[in-house]
Amino acid sequence: MAGLRRDVVAWLIVGPFAIVLAFPFYWMLVTALKTDADLYNVESIPYKFSSGSPTTNNFEFLFRDTEYGRWLVNTAIIGIAVVAITLVLAVPAGYALARLSGGVGQMLGIGIFLTYLVPPTLLFLPLSRVVSEIGLQDRLLALIVVYPSFTVPFSTWLLMGFFKTIPRELEDAALIDGASRLGALARVVFPISLPGILTVVIFSFSLVVNEFVYAITFISTSSHRTISAGVPTELIRGDVFFWGALMAAALIPSIPLALLYNLFLDRFIAGFTGGAFR
Amino acid sequence: MLEERRFLAAVLIGPAVIFIAVLVGGPLLLAIYLSLTDATAGSLHGDFVGLRNFTEAWDSPIFRRALRNTILFTVVSQAIVLLVAGTLAHALAKPFRGRWFLRFLILLPWAAPIALGTIGFLWIFDSLFSVVNWTLVHDVLPGPLEFKPYKAVNWVFARPVLPDWLEIKPIDPVAPPQWLGQSTLAMAAIIFVHSWRIIPFATVIFLAGLSSIPAEVDDAAKVDGATGLKKFWYVTLPLQLPIATVALLFGIVFTATDMTVVYILTHGGPFNSTHMLTSWAFDTGINSAALGQGAAISLYLLPVLVLVAVLMLRFARRVEVS
Repeated sequence: MAGLRRDVVAWLIVGPFAIVLAFPFYWMLVTALKTDADLYNVESIPYKFSSGSPTTNNFEFLFRDTEYGRWLVNTAIIGIAVVAITLVLAVPAGYALARLSGGVGQMLGIGIFLTYLVPPTLLFLPLSRVVSEIGLQDRLLALIVVYPSFTVPFSTWLLMGFFKTIPRELEDAALIDGASRLGALARVVFPISLPGILTVVIFSFSLVVNEFVYAITFISTSSHRTISAGVPTELIRGDVFFWGALMAAALIPSIPLALLYNLFLDRFIAGFTGGAFR
Repeated sequence: MLEERRFLAAVLIGPAVIFIAVLVGGPLLLAIYLSLTDATAGSLHGDFVGLRNFTEAWDSPIFRRALRNTILFTVVSQAIVLLVAGTLAHALAKPFRGRWFLRFLILLPWAAPIALGTIGFLWIFDSLFSVVNWTLVHDVLPGPLEFKPYKAVNWVFARPVLPDWLEIKPIDPVAPPQWLGQSTLAMAAIIFVHSWRIIPFATVIFLAGLSSIPAEVDDAAKVDGATGLKKFWYVTLPLQLPIATVALLFGIVFTATDMTVVYILTHGGPFNSTHMLTSWAFDTGINSAALGQGAAISLYLLPVLVLVAVLMLRFARRVEVS
């Protein structure tokens, strides 16, 4: 009986907030499935389908008549390239920072962490000049080069936390067995830290998908856009809004990202709280 | 052996440090340089003008408004986030039936790209087809009982609880609120959307903080007779404080420097009344091509960042000592 009461109380407290927080996604789905005739009729009840709804027309329009598919591909290309660069730079740095004892390691770690606090909104103006000066304006490469500036500090910090949880004795054992330090790294440390590395992959990728300021500053051709920049700039023309297609466009990347986040959430928390603040 | 380890450490850390120095440190210095010149979008090199960009920005009423908005936006949305996330984390800390499902729903706003989530709100707050307005002015109860939510809202706000300068009027069912067309409501909408976005993140961090409190502490508190609010104030809160502070400092930076929500939701409108420092810097530096001016405007954010950085450093040191 006490168990049931606890369930009810928890649902009464959390339920309303959960509804408000999740409502926009429910609303995106409902809107994405509606025909224009249904959407723009003041008489129809917005929570119900009528006038030919539900329909998949909006999704078809999105992939047939807009460059949405292209933006998804661009985002994937940039995401994969940025994740690769991030791993190459952040894995060794995170490992070394975790193993460096003393003040230098600590200071470097916090220093790298603090650069994560310098936001794109402070750097986009000088970077936009640099980007056009070296001829990267309007090219995907511009974003691939610039995005690691926020994924690397963040990932180094997370990885440092993960590596700290791996006992040093494991490496020492491998060293005694005759492996070189790098060999010990490759054969002993990395397999164990694979979950941490996977977490960094997921979160770096989602930071890339999320990025907006650089994406609208550096890129101006529609076919070179990412989804975060393409949907708000190209699908909204003047006062013409394709609401059904816009909601479909917003929903499609959100669902897989939400599922991934949930899978890796606990590891992310462990990394976030397990850095140098422990 | 020691030499070799030092060398190896440098090789491992070096590339990351150099990369960050070039792509964060470099542009930051360049921003400071640009803010002292009259550079335009055409070229990187302008004439040195001293602090003129900063004083000119300061003299502009739009800038003042943007500065005020940024402070209001940061303070109010962080207060909302702390309250809601604190409540949610406490309710979600102990297992109950369906907890994973509620947690999934709560996390959704954080997982979706914010630019796309904000577009969802653009539609929710639409001037003609806002679902919020529809729900406010229609009978939402099935059957013969009638209940139109706007009447309840008006009943609450009909009393002079709100000061005049907020310019909030009772809801008129024939001409429902223009959420993005009136400056107070538009600011409220921006704050709401941003809080919506940050609450999941803060809840997750608070949950981690709660679960890191050892069970023995809980038991000890019970033995000493501490329950409810008393326990929260003397046991949970002090133990939660370090992690809550980190989350808050992060939140302040992400909020004060965010441009996505305001840019998509109102683009500073109506009549430049909802600009933030970030969106105003973007309009000045990119759309009006006044690079130096724009850099100066965004650099007004720097004190906030420095303050947060200093607090983080102090904090890290204190945790280390204890």
